[in-house]
Amino acid sequence: MATNEALLSVRDLVIKFNLRGQVLTAIRGASLELYEGQTLAIVGESGSGKSVFTKSFLGMLDQNGWIDSGSVLFEGAELSRYKTQEQWRAIRGRKIAMVFQDPMTALNPLKTIGKQIEEVLELHHGLKGQHAAKAAAEMLERVGIPDPAGRAKQYPHEFSGGMRQRVVIAIAMACKPRILICDEPTTALDVTIQAQILDLIRALQKDFGFTTVYITHDLGVVANVADRVAVMYAGQIVEQGLVDEIFYDPRHLYTWALLSSLPQLGVKHEPLYAIKGTPPNLFKPIRGDAFAPRNPKALKIDFEEEPPEIFVSPTHSARTWLLDPRAPRLEPPAAIRALRAAYERSEA
Amino acid sequence: MSAWDESEPLLELDGLRVEFGASKKRRFAAVKGASFKIMRGETFGLVGESGSGKTTIGRAIVRINEASGGRILYKGRRIDGPISKELDREVVQKIQMIFQDPMASLNERAKVDYIVSEGLYNINGFSSEEERKAKVEKALLEVGLLPEFASRFPHEFSGGQRQRIGIARALIMEPELLVADEPISALDVSIRAQVLNLLSELQRRKGLTYLFIAHDLSVVRFITDRIAVIHKGDIVELAETEELFRRPLHPYTKALLSAIPLPDPRLEKKKRIVVYDPACHRYDERGPEWREAAPGHFVLADERELAAYRDEIARADAAEGVQGAR
Repeated sequence: MATNEALLSVRDLVIKFNLRGQVLTAIRGASLELYEGQTLAIVGESGSGKSVFTKSFLGMLDQNGWIDSGSVLFEGAELSRYKTQEQWRAIRGRKIAMVFQDPMTALNPLKTIGKQIEEVLELHHGLKGQHAAKAAAEMLERVGIPDPAGRAKQYPHEFSGGMRQRVVIAIAMACKPRILICDEPTTALDVTIQAQILDLIRALQKDFGFTTVYITHDLGVVANVADRVAVMYAGQIVEQGLVDEIFYDPRHLYTWALLSSLPQLGVKHEPLYAIKGTPPNLFKPIRGDAFAPRNPKALKIDFEEEPPEIFVSPTHSARTWLLDPRAPRLEPPAAIRALRAAYERSEA
Repeated sequence: MSAWDESEPLLELDGLRVEFGASKKRRFAAVKGASFKIMRGETFGLVGESGSGKTTIGRAIVRINEASGGRILYKGRRIDGPISKELDREVVQKIQMIFQDPMASLNERAKVDYIVSEGLYNINGFSSEEERKAKVEKALLEVGLLPEFASRFPHEFSGGQRQRIGIARALIMEPELLVADEPISALDVSIRAQVLNLLSELQRRKGLTYLFIAHDLSVVRFITDRIAVIHKGDIVELAETEELFRRPLHPYTKALLSAIPLPDPRLEKKKRIVVYDPACHRYDERGPEWREAAPGHFVLADERELAAYRDEIARADAAEGVQGAR
């Protein structure tokens, strides 16, 4: 695991959208580092901003959205200042590629699979005809599609969901990007296929040496793939750290709540921990800790002042007043204590 | 041992077969012969991947899909095929369904008041407007929604609230059996726990029986008493939930269990995935049959496999000692 300089560095990013004359702040000052060869998982509920956040690395924000302030630094280039599609074309697909949730909508139903990969190769590498076809077949073979030359002549509907996702990965890999962003890559797939796709991405990462970002709400996927985890809530990264730090020693009450609400960690015939209420309205300014209204253990200061990012270890930080020396000490919930105990037993 | 009543199956499937396709040549059997009993007060899980036929079974029970063979019995009476008006009315009322996607399953143009009472209109389930209003109010309160929500439209609600409306619409009929088809898979993580808790609480309070259809074994483990695993239209294994997790027999069940995502990096990184290859069965022309490998633990197997499974159970019991043998 490399811990050298960051490949991509995001500082205090603020992203806003204009919706019917109202301004929504989708990302409220998020900072994040992406290290070469690592896998980062961004976890959050729908509306937490995890997709918007990563789309801004590829200039894929919707027309009504913009980077209001902050910086996105990649290979010495300040991506937050990119304006034109020409500028983005040098990055998008070539340096940073994306794999989406639903492989059916990501592919063109009217073109053969081979043609769709060849297009990418032609656009980015100038490969044509025989050369492109050969390279496309190689890519298909690389992602585990049997009879690649034959399958390249088929259309997306002739592939199963899992195979289609492999094709999408092949297209993303065709330009040998430095960063691969996978947005819920396995949510639409069956569990047995899901595991195969995660294994495939891991194997490709090893061979090609790219850096992976997963966007997911599934903590099982996170536990499987991630080196580092960032937990997003209401447009902020409320906690980040190494995967073991987040699962076995989480510090933010939102992370506690997310983990304790999982049926996998629940005790049968006892109610699960349920997070009350709904995420805050991002059209309105948020005062204090955005999670406070849903947090039964919120402190008075949580409603008044925004908590700073406090470091627990060089790799682990959380934005919560609970880490302030003046705050009361809270015992983590049973589900997390159990996770931790099992971990410590296995380490001993 | 269990919370449900062993003596009385509320619902029984006996060799249920469901086929699709208009002409004889293009017939496709989505369900090839499903047999199980759901006891009163039980939560019965039906688990399979997409295309396995699990939803088709649920829909056959609520009489949306017609059975092509076999029988469905509700309290001992046949409810597949043509049935009397009285029985139809009873079944419509007593067996209710909750759907997966609360965004798609509620009528966008109707107010909550109408959505929740639509079933009552169909069976003339009220004698006066006051009674209907009172029933709607009660159903909304039962699922944790405010009575004043009755005058709103579905788009004004969040996903979790919409799923509650879907549950209220079922509850107002005073059902005995709820068929819940992936009721939480479309919901956000933090909302899932709320809906699962609500379903458990309603079961306790009202003595409901659930058929819980899902693909996610980890959720099913948490909520069910027994689980049936379905693969390509065949039920391959059925056992009490913990028994199934402790000693799965059928190779498909083993594959499915091995793939469960665990929110624990230590376990997840050690995980070994078992891949199911149907070619591992070498059946003769008679094929496999539905057999009991241990008390209450059924599996689809031929003679040879059954012997191997029983052997496996004996060895597992020996390894676990007296405790395992119960």
